[in-house]
Amino acid sequence: MPSTSHLPPTVAARPASRWARLVDSDLFYSFIHSPVTILSALVTLVILAAALLAPVIAPQNPFDPATLNLMDGFTRPMQANEFTGNVYWLGTDAQGRDLFSAILYGSRVSILVGFAAVAFAAVLGITLGLIAGYRGGWVDSLIMRIADVQLSFPAILVALLIFGVFKGVVPPALQDRMAVYVLVVAIGLSDWVQYARTVRSSTLAEKNKEYVQAARVIGVPAPMILLRHILPNVMGPVLVIATIGLALAIILESTLSFLGVGVPPTQPSLGTLIRVGQDFLFSGEWWIVFFPGLTLLLLALAVNLLGDWLRDALNPRLRR
Amino acid sequence: MLAFILRRLLQSVLVMLAVALVSFGLFRYIGDPINNMVGQEATMAERDALRDSLGLNDPVPVQFLRFVANAARGEFGVSYRMARPVADVIAERLPATLELALISGVGALVIGIALGVYTALRRDGWLSNAIMGLSLVGVSLPTFLIGILLIYVFAVELKVLPAFGRGEVVDLGWWTTGLLTTSGLKSLIMPAITLGLYQLTLIMRLVRAEMLEVLRTDYIKFARARGLSNRAVHFGHALKNTLLPVITITGLQIGSIIAFAIITETVFQWPGVGLLFITAVQFVDIPVMAAYLVLIALIFVVINLIVDLLYFVVDPRLRVQRSGRGH
Repeated sequence: MPSTSHLPPTVAARPASRWARLVDSDLFYSFIHSPVTILSALVTLVILAAALLAPVIAPQNPFDPATLNLMDGFTRPMQANEFTGNVYWLGTDAQGRDLFSAILYGSRVSILVGFAAVAFAAVLGITLGLIAGYRGGWVDSLIMRIADVQLSFPAILVALLIFGVFKGVVPPALQDRMAVYVLVVAIGLSDWVQYARTVRSSTLAEKNKEYVQAARVIGVPAPMILLRHILPNVMGPVLVIATIGLALAIILESTLSFLGVGVPPTQPSLGTLIRVGQDFLFSGEWWIVFFPGLTLLLLALAVNLLGDWLRDALNPRLRR
Repeated sequence: MLAFILRRLLQSVLVMLAVALVSFGLFRYIGDPINNMVGQEATMAERDALRDSLGLNDPVPVQFLRFVANAARGEFGVSYRMARPVADVIAERLPATLELALISGVGALVIGIALGVYTALRRDGWLSNAIMGLSLVGVSLPTFLIGILLIYVFAVELKVLPAFGRGEVVDLGWWTTGLLTTSGLKSLIMPAITLGLYQLTLIMRLVRAEMLEVLRTDYIKFARARGLSNRAVHFGHALKNTLLPVITITGLQIGSIIAFAIITETVFQWPGVGLLFITAVQFVDIPVMAAYLVLIALIFVVINLIVDLLYFVVDPRLRVQRSGRGH
């Protein structure tokens, strides 16, 4: 009997202890004690959720021409349209498209491209970094020299170049459909160097430690050592780079779209909305460019702040 | 030191060759150069004759060497879109970009260092905190949004500055300048701010961080103990030792300024090489793209080289140590 009365608490303690461990951790402590970080996490979550649920939340589908009424064009925010009497929170653009819905769908594209590009860059960079660090020799030199050369060029230039090649190679009929994927590849390829350099230097430090030596001695194959033993130990810094990289990728995507080489206008991102809205600035319709711009700024700022916090929280040198 | 310089020179040449290879690859394999040069009516025989006379049937290494030789003389062929020699078009556009980059770079450096020193010395002042807060927004604000914001405030609402173009320019033979006319200067203000703001915040935060680090060191305490004036301690001892990383970053940022000029030039329709490049990307004008790539690479390589050499001037330790060890 006494033995069974002991049992339930230990069984129940399992999920609780995991939660307790999280609450107890340094990371959680520094999160709770930084109001700015909590605020940025909230802003990021709200924008992410809104983008994810766009088809549910948005009052109209802004890219279905059937739902648009030209009479609603240029409605000011929070004011009734002079012909139809319709009220839109954030106003409408030239075609009577509800800006709130357009922003929801636009941030969806921006965030999607941002995440995909970061994932692409991270996978490519981590793989090359692991190989370079573990193998050493000419493989290492080759990968790192390429990284050095690429690092001396700004990301935007690399991405633009890849886009130029894409336009030259792919027939125009396919270009609009493939634009999003090319954007992901272009942004990803312009940003892998960061990951590769960080992972390589951590791998160099890890590969001579005893646990790796031990794994090698008992005959674990190299790919397995890299993935199961070394990778988990080099992920900390990667997480920080990825978070800051997400903000950079979102900004880069909107910049490319703003320059007119990003996603096609039929599937606009925040950058495309800003590019289109810029034309109406001179006639005083400020809201068409203002609200997408504000969303972009809030998103980039919040993700940047999260990245800054993560970098400081994971860096033991900065702990007070 | 000589060995170090030679090694860096060799590296630079290798980088330039790598970029030339990419550029040559674009030129040779993206689209058909012949199709872009002749009209629709050209017969196959005419096309083959042109192909032969351009040397497109030679072995690829020979073509690459010819490309490099031409590039070294500044010849990149004829723009598909404008039907003019690329070198002429770029020479015409370059002054606009260089003037813009120079003004915003110098402005960012001067104001950035001044604000960095100020925020480091008055660490907890309300003005310092306000500046630091604003700088965080400055880092997150995409360049094109700053430009649009400025246009809306100063061109649309206040109507004090022109929203696009370069204003009146004065022709100095091989160089056109907007710095000598009122309209040219007025046109320069907003693009220069747009381009320089990011660099300004970067330099400011860097100078502040370095200054705070240096101010904690023993030799600063000792300098204070010797009874030196605040002015001498801050500028003679502290600031001087923060300059090394500032030089590195500034050097690397000059390259970024020229690349970021693409965005600023698009927002303000500034007639520079950045705008030329973005139109080239949109119209797949390969010769212009290839030439721009080589030009930017050259600027980057030269700047990196100068930055490395500046280390020797600024940091006396390097002159002693590095001479034997190389990179």
